[in-house]
Amino acid sequence: MAVTDIRQSPARRANPAWDMGVQALRFLKSHPEVTVTLGLILVMASIGLLAPWIAGDPAAIDPADRLRPPSAEHSLGTDHLGRDVAARLVHGTRNSMAVGFAVATIASLVGIAIGVYAGFSRIGGAVVMRLNDAMMSIPAVLLAIALASLMAQGLTAVIVAITIPEIPRMVRVVRALVLGVRAQPYLSAAVSIGTRGLPLVLRHVIPNMMGPVLVQATYACASAIIAAAVLSFLGVGTSPEIPSWGGMMADARSQFRLHPTLMLYPGLALSALVLLVNILGDRLSDAIDPRKARKGAL
Amino acid sequence: MLYYVFGRLAAAIPTLLIVSVFIFALVHLAPGDPAVLIAGDNANPEQVAQIRERLHLDRALPVQFGIWFGHAMQFDLGASVYSGKPVTELIAQRIEPTFLLAGYTILLTVVIAVPLGTIAAWKANGWIDRLVMAFSVAGFSVPVFATSYLLIYVFAVELRWFPVQGYKPLANGPWHTLVSLTLPSVALALVFSALIARVTRAAVLEVLQENFIRTLRAKGLGTARILIVHVLKAAGVPIVTVIGIGIAALIGGVVVTESVFNIPGIGRLTVDAIVRRDYPVVQGIILFFSVLLILINLVVDLSYALFDPRVRG
Repeated sequence: MAVTDIRQSPARRANPAWDMGVQALRFLKSHPEVTVTLGLILVMASIGLLAPWIAGDPAAIDPADRLRPPSAEHSLGTDHLGRDVAARLVHGTRNSMAVGFAVATIASLVGIAIGVYAGFSRIGGAVVMRLNDAMMSIPAVLLAIALASLMAQGLTAVIVAITIPEIPRMVRVVRALVLGVRAQPYLSAAVSIGTRGLPLVLRHVIPNMMGPVLVQATYACASAIIAAAVLSFLGVGTSPEIPSWGGMMADARSQFRLHPTLMLYPGLALSALVLLVNILGDRLSDAIDPRKARKGAL
Repeated sequence: MLYYVFGRLAAAIPTLLIVSVFIFALVHLAPGDPAVLIAGDNANPEQVAQIRERLHLDRALPVQFGIWFGHAMQFDLGASVYSGKPVTELIAQRIEPTFLLAGYTILLTVVIAVPLGTIAAWKANGWIDRLVMAFSVAGFSVPVFATSYLLIYVFAVELRWFPVQGYKPLANGPWHTLVSLTLPSVALALVFSALIARVTRAAVLEVLQENFIRTLRAKGLGTARILIVHVLKAAGVPIVTVIGIGIAALIGGVVVTESVFNIPGIGRLTVDAIVRRDYPVVQGIILFFSVLLILINLVVDLSYALFDPRVRG
């Protein structure tokens, strides 16, 4: 019988995607709090995805029916242009979800790439961290506002403008994790049997830091949703025709004294979604490091 | 000690330089001709040419940066495209409300969050702790403009205790200033406290597990004295550090709150400048806030020497 190559152990040869799926399910089963929070977020996401079918036209203007209280036709009333508030609220979910998910994903991918490089290269790492610290001393919201105003208005501009200030935070987290993984015996073992370069990073470094990266990505998602609302509120977000919660709140400003509910509904929806995402981050963090959870998570 | 101070000062200089390059690049590497961008939408070709000449836009980028940075070092950040006034003058005019708002917020935050975080850590996993942590997660999640409008509705529209909007300058009497800044400061402090309460709790928890706390108890010291005198002193470094770092987030919040409460500060100036595409002003404000942040964190770093004798050694 031939000698088995230890780099090709049976577990490795099995389908890794299937493996990960089974692992994820097992994780969710043993952490009901994570599952429930994630479930609620998915419910909100499906409401956003199904918006065109479950809600009316968010852009239909009806000048005769402006600022109406809730009625059978308009379950949450109408805004200053006679648009259906409930429909705009449901459609607004899409904007927040899209920005949150896109920013978390892009910031994680870019952050992992830069952070892993900074964690392995001595001189390059020092340079990257210097640049990173400098970037972090520019107020994030201010930078996002300026970037958004420089680009052509649209969803892409909003995502790019929010992602750029978010990257340095991810880089910092990833680099610290890489330094931790590098000190582990299993990494020396992998290096000693000849694994190096990209395979080393993809097979041993990245899988072993995914937990904390996922937590950071969740927090990035929450802060991106708020940032997107701030941009819309200040008038540099997505175009006003696309319904967004921040945009609805900006519209409600002039009606605030007489019609405070126009501000209340999008504010509540926004806070609820961000709250869920933040709770998910906290619960994930507790689940990954139960020792820290008992001591009190930061 | 001196070595530490000079080391920190020396480290701040490259940071400052990198930030300047980045802020310069922001406008100059953005798609489109910077002269057209700076001149604004309503400018005629003549004005564009004038700006190109004044900002030396025909020269190589590093030379342009050198000229811009040289001027910035002498507090010359160019002139507003909209009003023609020097950017430094515009910022100086608006500094009073912004600094008072930020200071008031930090004061409220320290008064609210440090005791809350300390009690939460002392009674870890008790109901107070749970309540404080729930408040902390909520504080992170509710955007500051939502909190602001809620406060306006309850305390200004319904109860009429505070004005809905506006700012009374210090020159008209400090009491009126205080009243006009209370709602925006509370709105900001609720967000900021969420962060600081969390950090205080974690830092205090850490210290409570140290051996010297057991020694103090064995010595017969009361809980209050241990918490206030010994624990908070030891937990001071992380708390002050996060207050320093958190000021970056606070600046973002100030921009939003000033816009909601119609306070004529630097935040309002930022939003106005962005709506008018007044890029020299936008650039100047970002540089101003970044330098301020670098200076604050420098002071925080230096204050470690005060809290932590190990740094002095």
